[in-house]
Amino acid sequence: MEFMTQLIDITLSTVRDVMPIAFIIFFFQFGVIRRPIPNLKRVLIGFGYVILGLALFLLGLEKALFPVGRMMAEQLTDPDFIRSWSSAAGEVLQWQDYYWVYIFAFAIGASTTIAEPSLIAVAIKANEVSGGAIGVWGLRIAVALGVAVGIALGTYRIVTGYPIHWFIISGYVVVVIQTMFAPKMIVPLAYDSGGVTTSTVTVPLVAALGLGLAETVPGRSALIDGFGLIAFASLFPMMSVMGYAQLTAWQAKRVKRKQSNVVLTD
Amino acid sequence: MIGSLRDLAPIVLVIGFFQVVVLQTPIPDFFGIVTGLLCVVAGLTFFIYGLEMGLFPVGESMATAFARKGSVLWLLVFAFALGFGTTVAEPALIAVAAEAASVASAGGMIIDSEAARTSYATGLRYTVAFSVGLAIVLGVLRILKGWSIQYMIIAGYMLVVIMTSFAPREIIGIAYDSGGVTTSTITVPLVTALGVGLASSIEGRNPMIDGFGLIAFASLTPMIFVMAYGMVI
Repeated sequence: MEFMTQLIDITLSTVRDVMPIAFIIFFFQFGVIRRPIPNLKRVLIGFGYVILGLALFLLGLEKALFPVGRMMAEQLTDPDFIRSWSSAAGEVLQWQDYYWVYIFAFAIGASTTIAEPSLIAVAIKANEVSGGAIGVWGLRIAVALGVAVGIALGTYRIVTGYPIHWFIISGYVVVVIQTMFAPKMIVPLAYDSGGVTTSTVTVPLVAALGLGLAETVPGRSALIDGFGLIAFASLFPMMSVMGYAQLTAWQAKRVKRKQSNVVLTD
Repeated sequence: MIGSLRDLAPIVLVIGFFQVVVLQTPIPDFFGIVTGLLCVVAGLTFFIYGLEMGLFPVGESMATAFARKGSVLWLLVFAFALGFGTTVAEPALIAVAAEAASVASAGGMIIDSEAARTSYATGLRYTVAFSVGLAIVLGVLRILKGWSIQYMIIAGYMLVVIMTSFAPREIIGIAYDSGGVTTSTITVPLVTALGVGLASSIEGRNPMIDGFGLIAFASLTPMIFVMAYGMVI
């Protein structure tokens, strides 16, 4: 019974989120374009599925994963826990003592990104548009690796307390350099993948990790240092996606060269 | 269904591993977790199904209709409305704006009162929504004109870097984060379909090179505008 009321609540709030979008679409479709939407019935059913799917998805996350994930973020950043694992840790914890936090950050970053619905959507579209040259899984794994590295580095920054803009600005420099060398086709998609990675699944878990860490590490303020993990998570996928494209291009070139060598020796 | 199960398996493995091996605590409320996971799997399946039936076709058919109608002005108005309308009500943004208001009052940038915080948060929300609207307009213009995305994004980064050195220190983390939180699960597929649809219906545009990139603009402009907001207030 309680389950049903929760489901209805979440469905209603999802409907409320979709309302402005639906309103804008209908206004422009009927007021400006003045043409009926093709397959209107199918589209409406599709919208219904999206709302129902999103509501179920959020409800399930709220029931199953978020409580455990949040609790875990709190426990892992607890100084007592960190002392119990590294016997060498002295009174003052060094940044190395937080290694379980980094491992957790990496693992949770990668695994939540794989399940991120908006990334799945973009990957499907990219696969379709590129005529299969960009694999759905290739893109998703590249992005997931980027998010994982980004969040692990972000937690390291919170522990050490270095200013965030050093990291972000040097990240930008790398992105700019990579842009010059990456295959032209991939650049816009790589830029996009920075923004799509962080939504429904990743943000709540990652924010809990950042705030928990900033609260327990001495000398950090949750208000100032707790933020910034999302920024790391949206920067690194750009690098990893461009890197993935560079790697595939380089591999294709090598195979081609090998083939032409074979032809020559023949 | 099997696909959704596979998408979810990594999270379950990670959380299970940390719970049992590292933290060495039993999993609480096992039954609740299993029902929750089933909901997530079913939800993801429905979402992807609906995506291909509803969101993608709408975005594309509107893009083609606008391209055929040939009215650039209405297309830009639509782009702005889509960016602004979907962002202003975004729950993640509302949460971040509230956090930002408490940072600002703790840092002494605004008076420490409920009313001042509310007006700061509301102002911030509208600023971000406006910047996302502007971003989609800019991105659509880029697709129409065929400008190359690199220079625009790199120029945006430079602006971010320059503004970072002038913005109050407290706002920087929030500004950087706000770029990532603005793009929601429903906006992303719709905006992507719009961009790809536009690029495929305009002659001389490549959907791969010109169609993507709208989201990139939408995650760049909020950083600039939030820092500007922090500097002005």
